[in-house]
Amino acid sequence: MRFPVLRSLSLALALTGLAAQSASAQDPKRVVSIGGAATEIVYALGEEKRLAAVDTTSLYPPETKALPNVGYIRALSAEGVLSLSPDMILLEDGAGPPEAVKLIDAAGVEVVHVPAGHSVEALPEKIRTVAHALGRDSDGNAMASKVSTDLAALQKELGAVKARQKVLFILSLKDDRPLAAGEDTAADAMIRLAGAQNVLAGTKGYKGLSWEAASALQPDVILMMDRGGEAHGGDAFALPALAATPAGRNKRLIKMDALYLLGFGPRTPAAARELASRLYPDLALRQP
Amino acid sequence: MTAASLAVSSTDTGDRTRTGRLALILLALLLVLTAIVSLGVGPAALSPARVVEILLSGPRPSEANLGDTVIVWQIRLPRILLGCLVGASLACGGALMQGLFRNPLADPGLAGVSSGSALAAVAVIVLGGGFLDSILGPWTLPFAAFFGGLASTALLYTVATSQGRTAIATMLLAGIALGALAGALTGFLVFLSDDRQLRDITFWSLGGLGGASWERLWTCGPIMVAALLASPFLARGLNALVLGEAEAFHLGLSVQRLKRLAIVIVAAGTAASVAAAGVVGFVGIVVPHLLRLAVGADHRFLLPASALLGAILILVADMAARTLASPAELPIGILTAILGAPFFLWLLLRRRGFSEL
Repeated sequence: MRFPVLRSLSLALALTGLAAQSASAQDPKRVVSIGGAATEIVYALGEEKRLAAVDTTSLYPPETKALPNVGYIRALSAEGVLSLSPDMILLEDGAGPPEAVKLIDAAGVEVVHVPAGHSVEALPEKIRTVAHALGRDSDGNAMASKVSTDLAALQKELGAVKARQKVLFILSLKDDRPLAAGEDTAADAMIRLAGAQNVLAGTKGYKGLSWEAASALQPDVILMMDRGGEAHGGDAFALPALAATPAGRNKRLIKMDALYLLGFGPRTPAAARELASRLYPDLALRQP
Repeated sequence: MTAASLAVSSTDTGDRTRTGRLALILLALLLVLTAIVSLGVGPAALSPARVVEILLSGPRPSEANLGDTVIVWQIRLPRILLGCLVGASLACGGALMQGLFRNPLADPGLAGVSSGSALAAVAVIVLGGGFLDSILGPWTLPFAAFFGGLASTALLYTVATSQGRTAIATMLLAGIALGALAGALTGFLVFLSDDRQLRDITFWSLGGLGGASWERLWTCGPIMVAALLASPFLARGLNALVLGEAEAFHLGLSVQRLKRLAIVIVAAGTAASVAAAGVVGFVGIVVPHLLRLAVGADHRFLLPASALLGAILILVADMAARTLASPAELPIGILTAILGAPFFLWLLLRRRGFSEL
């Protein structure tokens, strides 16, 4: 070890070379899937038998709980992942830390980056990427086009809507303080896909609101997750500030399963359609 | 209680010299042993024979044992070395600070490093590194943490120094004020953050050696090594300072020089360790205490012994961090406290029993 820096540098180069060689591995047998949507797509393709492990954001379908869990998507342990002797890792964008990903790559595991995001374009791209990695291109293409077609069909049907509903998405009512969704969130994207308007557009991310502000936004509908409102026995309108809004006067509260609503996986077109049909019951949308 | 232990141990220094030497030898042996065991422990099941085989066959992997070679040479080895340096720097920095402030509650954070590092790191996580990102890439965060820590120490030192004299009490109070200010700004950034950034912040502030690599060792390591090698030269000065600043001055000690050196050494060592592993609490405050109970307050032994025990504590905590939740990984800051605190309490209780006899 006389020139350790040079040595580690040349080692890194050597490792990169080796990794590049093995990157052509077809038909992966042991796949670690990092990211809820990626995992859901693997299941939708019926390839779950190849899964060696998932991360903590992979919550659907419930069977994922039986698989080894490598921890939070942003705090992966290189040795932890390698100890499962995978031959491929599906990595949703934003997974990390980069050091761990580099080491996993250096150990000869094929790293497949799956695009993340909440856009109409990102979703089919996610599906195609995962399907291609698993050697199921044609099924992936079919599933991706079906997702695109379904979303486009919904948009077309929603074209008839005259007055867009104004929706306030409340992530939680913990501690009696509403945590609401602004732009750049999965909830905001779903509200728009369902032909409605997010009353908190203009703010980014999930933000704690004062009751006064929540009331002043005058939402037509409150959207919540199935388990977001335990604090008030699920009755958000027991809170005076929400009761005073148009949503409160008309008792319009929509609750949906969190992973179904916000997962941005293969079930998203169905979730968007369900949300839209509950927002616009008069429109008589086709049921998913 | 610890003030009493300082007073007691300084009277029987004569008796403690042999104890001190013995403790250093034992701790060094224990550290080597822990490091070796550590190399064989992890989520990937490698037999000791396999680890030795891979170590002997060198860092260049053959196609057949690519995965295992990466685990031993690229993951475990740099991680263990970096862990040793981080633990040693934090514990030794704690001992220096406690000596300098003559206060058993001092820790490396008092020099302002932790709050400045945290503010800079959280700013990078939430706001992004800006132009730094394009130059440094993944190095932006450690880079910001290091210089954020140094900058806040420099500010603190300037505030507390007038006419060439640093008032330690002012530094302590200014440190609390600056810490509160940095904490508030950090809190504001947390308010701006999204869910992922928030979790990044949480993980960073609980520390972890998951980012260890040879590159990180070569960049952060030399600073920590330099700080560790420099600290024993302050031992005699800190011993004299126990008597009081004026008394130390009349013993012929350049008190101002001692303060400046100690602050620079602690700031550099701590900032580098924070850059390498995030915020790892508890080591800096408890390790020197444990050793003061065991080997006495003589800094000639206390400083190197703290470094050794700090390294051992981090290695043991990291072994637990890597294996307990395998294949996931626990933040190391939780484990240093879980391992250290009960042991420390037990020692305190035992000691109280003695003093009541």
